[in-house]
Amino acid sequence: MGDIISAFFSTPILFRALVVGILVSLCAALLGVSLVLKRYSMIGDGLSHVGFGALAIAAVMNWAPMAVAVPVVIAAAFLLLRISGSSKIKGDSAIALISTGALAIGVMAVSLSGMNSDLDSYLFGSIYAISDEDVVISVVLALLVLILFVFFYTRIFAITFDESFARATGTKAGLYNMLIALLTAITIVVGMRMMGSMLISSLIIFPALCSMRVFKSFKAVTVCSAVISVVTFIAGMVISYEFGTPGGASIVCVNILVFAGFTAVGAVMSRNRG
Amino acid sequence: MSEHLIKVENLTLSYENMTVVKDLSFTVESGDYLCIVGENGSGKSTLVKSLLSLKKPVGGEITFGGGLRRNEIGYLPQQTGAQHDFPASVGEVVISGCLNSMGFRPFYTDRERKKAAENMERLSISDLKKRSFRELSGGQQQRVLLARALCATSKLLLLDEPVSGLDPMVTAEMYELIADINRSGVTVVMVTHDINAALKYAGHILCMRQGLTRESWFFGTPEEFLTSSASDFLKGGAVNG
Repeated sequence: MGDIISAFFSTPILFRALVVGILVSLCAALLGVSLVLKRYSMIGDGLSHVGFGALAIAAVMNWAPMAVAVPVVIAAAFLLLRISGSSKIKGDSAIALISTGALAIGVMAVSLSGMNSDLDSYLFGSIYAISDEDVVISVVLALLVLILFVFFYTRIFAITFDESFARATGTKAGLYNMLIALLTAITIVVGMRMMGSMLISSLIIFPALCSMRVFKSFKAVTVCSAVISVVTFIAGMVISYEFGTPGGASIVCVNILVFAGFTAVGAVMSRNRG
Repeated sequence: MSEHLIKVENLTLSYENMTVVKDLSFTVESGDYLCIVGENGSGKSTLVKSLLSLKKPVGGEITFGGGLRRNEIGYLPQQTGAQHDFPASVGEVVISGCLNSMGFRPFYTDRERKKAAENMERLSISDLKKRSFRELSGGQQQRVLLARALCATSKLLLLDEPVSGLDPMVTAEMYELIADINRSGVTVVMVTHDINAALKYAGHILCMRQGLTRESWFFGTPEEFLTSSASDFLKGGAVNG
């Protein structure tokens, strides 16, 4: 175990992945509680596919990946939020439309340019995809997300629990929904290089769902999600390092185990109570 | 001369581009208990939304007096069922009612905690503080939401069908609770399908029916209501509920 720890701290690539990964996991887990409860989980999934499309096109055109992906995904987040908010269009099918569309465009762009080897890293993530510049941007964005989340925690609770009451008592719910969408978009773009666009949304959904099996207050669920996301990330990275498995998939597999565990605990708890 | 708490003048409201209320006028005095009754589709919910400033009237005006600010209405929304699997403790839900008096301050202080504790005490739910909202009975949940509404206001409660889905015993308790709150000086505006409760508790009744003429709505005391033609639809048993 000591070997692994020293490897993570002495290998720059691993250390960068660790720093970015922990911050992204924290952001994703915190936002995830609100997204899952507001039935917006699929928005996270849709956004990651849009992010894939944007990254692929940026790579083909030789543009800076983050500079393209961040604004595109933020725009997509606002669009998806609008679609979900309007009852006239079926939200879930619109999300599927946008996400598969962006995915297809990305795959076309990558294959036409003949860079098929990159496709794999975009779809399933790679810690080698993270440059020094990315680390700086990622850390700044992730800290921004964390600070905004903590600062607006009470309001985020209020609009997540009961949007009509929050609106009636003067909370600008539309504004906070946009804030959540914005923070989610940033988190996804920052995290998908490493986790891959196929798996990034699991960081949002798994910790929140695990915590909700066992805990009953919003604060406990939020704190537990944050802890789960960081622990599963580190465990996944260690497994990935030891067995040479892909990082993103290893992390998700650890999450599956945690979910099974929390489901069992939750079931036992509710049986003992009832 | 006391100022009206709410003054509605010549209000015209539309729902999905269809006019549902036309030239509606009534006033609510401080300390009053107004029940809004009427058929489905008569614009009750649209009226509630415009009282809460969630919807802009097409015409006419709603003005608040007596120092009541627009965000200072304690609102008890119609139950949506969206909160059925929501992890939130009773304490968290109640204190979130205090947000409207916090300005841009991000965190709760002792002032909000004290206010939340007082309102939980007032509705006898202090012992539920740590319990999960989703595990409570329907009546307990309504008490929690009422405590939250009281955190948001000391002047006006707006209750949208507060007893729907509750059993008769709990319904009666809920009505007594609301009457108590009203007696303590809080003005109450309640949307209900329950005409008998309206006649028993209300100081004024606003009865709305489909249609855009002056005859489609009635505003007055329960006594006036019973002798007016507006109460005719009671005899037909046509109250939707």
